[in-house]
Amino acid sequence: MPDTDELAAGFEAEFERTIAADQRIEPRDWMPDAYRRTLIRQIAQHAHSEIIGMQPEGNWILRAPSLRRKAILLAKVQDEAGHGMYLYAAAETLGVDREELTEKLIDSKQKYSSIFNYPTLSYADIGVIGWLVDGAAICNQVPLCRCSYGPYARAMIRICKEESFHQRQGYELLLAMVNGTEAQRAMVQESVDRWWWPSLMMFGPPDADSPNTQQSMAWGIKRHTNDELRQRFVDMTVPQAAALGVTLPDPDLRWNPERQAHDYGEPDWEEFKAVLAGSGPTNAQRLAHRRRAHENGAWVREAAQAYADKQAARSRKEAAA
Amino acid sequence: MSGHHTDVEEHDATNAYQSLSQTTAVDDPRWAFGTGVEDVQAEITSPVPDGVDPADLAAYCLMLGDDALICSHRISEWVSNAPELEEEVALANTALDLLGQARVLLARAGHVEGLGSTAGSAGSAGRGRDEDALAYLRTESQFRNVALAELGDELDFARAIARLLIFSTWRLALLHRLLGSRDPVIAAVAGKGVKELTYHRDYAARWTLRLGDGTDESHRRMQAALDAIWPYVEELFRTSDEERRLVEAGVAVDPAQTRAEVDAVLDEVLAKATLTRPQRPAIGTIGGRGGRQGLHTEQLGHVLAEMQSLARQHPGATW
Repeated sequence: MPDTDELAAGFEAEFERTIAADQRIEPRDWMPDAYRRTLIRQIAQHAHSEIIGMQPEGNWILRAPSLRRKAILLAKVQDEAGHGMYLYAAAETLGVDREELTEKLIDSKQKYSSIFNYPTLSYADIGVIGWLVDGAAICNQVPLCRCSYGPYARAMIRICKEESFHQRQGYELLLAMVNGTEAQRAMVQESVDRWWWPSLMMFGPPDADSPNTQQSMAWGIKRHTNDELRQRFVDMTVPQAAALGVTLPDPDLRWNPERQAHDYGEPDWEEFKAVLAGSGPTNAQRLAHRRRAHENGAWVREAAQAYADKQAARSRKEAAA
Repeated sequence: MSGHHTDVEEHDATNAYQSLSQTTAVDDPRWAFGTGVEDVQAEITSPVPDGVDPADLAAYCLMLGDDALICSHRISEWVSNAPELEEEVALANTALDLLGQARVLLARAGHVEGLGSTAGSAGSAGRGRDEDALAYLRTESQFRNVALAELGDELDFARAIARLLIFSTWRLALLHRLLGSRDPVIAAVAGKGVKELTYHRDYAARWTLRLGDGTDESHRRMQAALDAIWPYVEELFRTSDEERRLVEAGVAVDPAQTRAEVDAVLDEVLAKATLTRPQRPAIGTIGGRGGRQGLHTEQLGHVLAEMQSLARQHPGATW
């Protein structure tokens, strides 16, 4: 019988072979602790982002300016709750539970996407979040459909399909607004001015400052670097901005025929770090809101548990009788 | 895992990128977002049934539509505030269903009122207000919903469940009887709505059981919620003049006739949940008038102030 070291070496070799062959790791497969930890952190962060992201959009549901827009926004925010559910379920396959992850979120021990630490100040923000923020999220997420961890990859396939609807709806709202009144056009431009740079920051720090990228790429969790994805997003967005007739607020933005790509300016990485560190415009508000909802719901969850326990005891009693 | 599987996923992934690059609005049915409005759009312009006063029909569509719209608004207040993610999804879904019903009913009301004063002369071209004009540009006294729909719950889940249990039990009883309405739009809304309300009632009833028969605290809260809401139940069974005339014409249902069914369902749920049916006097009316006549609680003004603010800031805008 082989000793434990030999067994571990065998498992590790199998893991490496699976990754190298671009196949999927499944929950019962052996995996290195660091791989498991990285995935839990990333999936939880992604799930938290879906849930926190309901707040800035939820801010406008009650005031949506037409019933059709209200239905679209309500459905979108409902999808986000659903995405949070799939993602927490994917994280649970790695041996953590939703309650524990929620506690970590409200205790600031795990993060969520910094983009949701910006406020939604006009209805144009609903369109711009769909167009730019969901657009950037999709650029980040499409490669995750090929992530080496099976449950995460499968959750992402479903999520990406719904996200692309969201992105198109956002764009369609902006199209309606720029074809509307002067005030609506101004509202769209003002919103783009506020969201453009934070959207670029969604891809994370420049590659030179991204310490985890290489390991995540080696493990097949990540497929492209931050700068590659950011470039793809910029190139995709420029013609869409032109079609809308809005100006992207970057004087350095121009087509570079040699690179066959757009050159663009540097986001304010000091602002990025500050928001990440907790001092963005709405960090405290978002967390306080999430904490309040969770704590206000505690008695409801306890009641559901108590009722389920009573029901189980009743059916045991009936079975015994 | 086979290479073939990976190819399929890669193909999907590529599609997601392609859709990102589209700059034109694509006419996708998903954009209606399951509200079902597009399904019945064609019927909204159906002729008013013979012998029916268009003004009565418009008022009745507003009653049913405003109940759904205002209740949907109250439920939407729960977005990002629910006790669990499953409840986020279920409550948003319920709000969406009611919003979908409201949109069709308001559109029908607008169409029919346009025919009212001009019957014979302007004909079908005399179309009245659209769903948004009715939702966003009417004042409190022009809303016809019952008070129950507009009651706030201050994010107390027990109050939200008590309101939904009573509202959905009553509305389901109404819609069951409206399946055979002579107005094709009302009949169509009832057809779709019966399935939706069956789910809403089931959801509310299951939570009533959990809260009533859960912990001491949840029992106390659920009973308090029922006690607080009970004075608003009586209004649900009061018959307005428009309803009385439309019952004769085979278009409306007399809400008084739903009372026995609603009572039976509520009694059964409350008994199973170990809760007591409250004995509370009904809230008073003003000269016999209530929500159906445009007289509301103080709360509706605040609901409308929020709901209508942006639309009213931008007259002439299209969204």
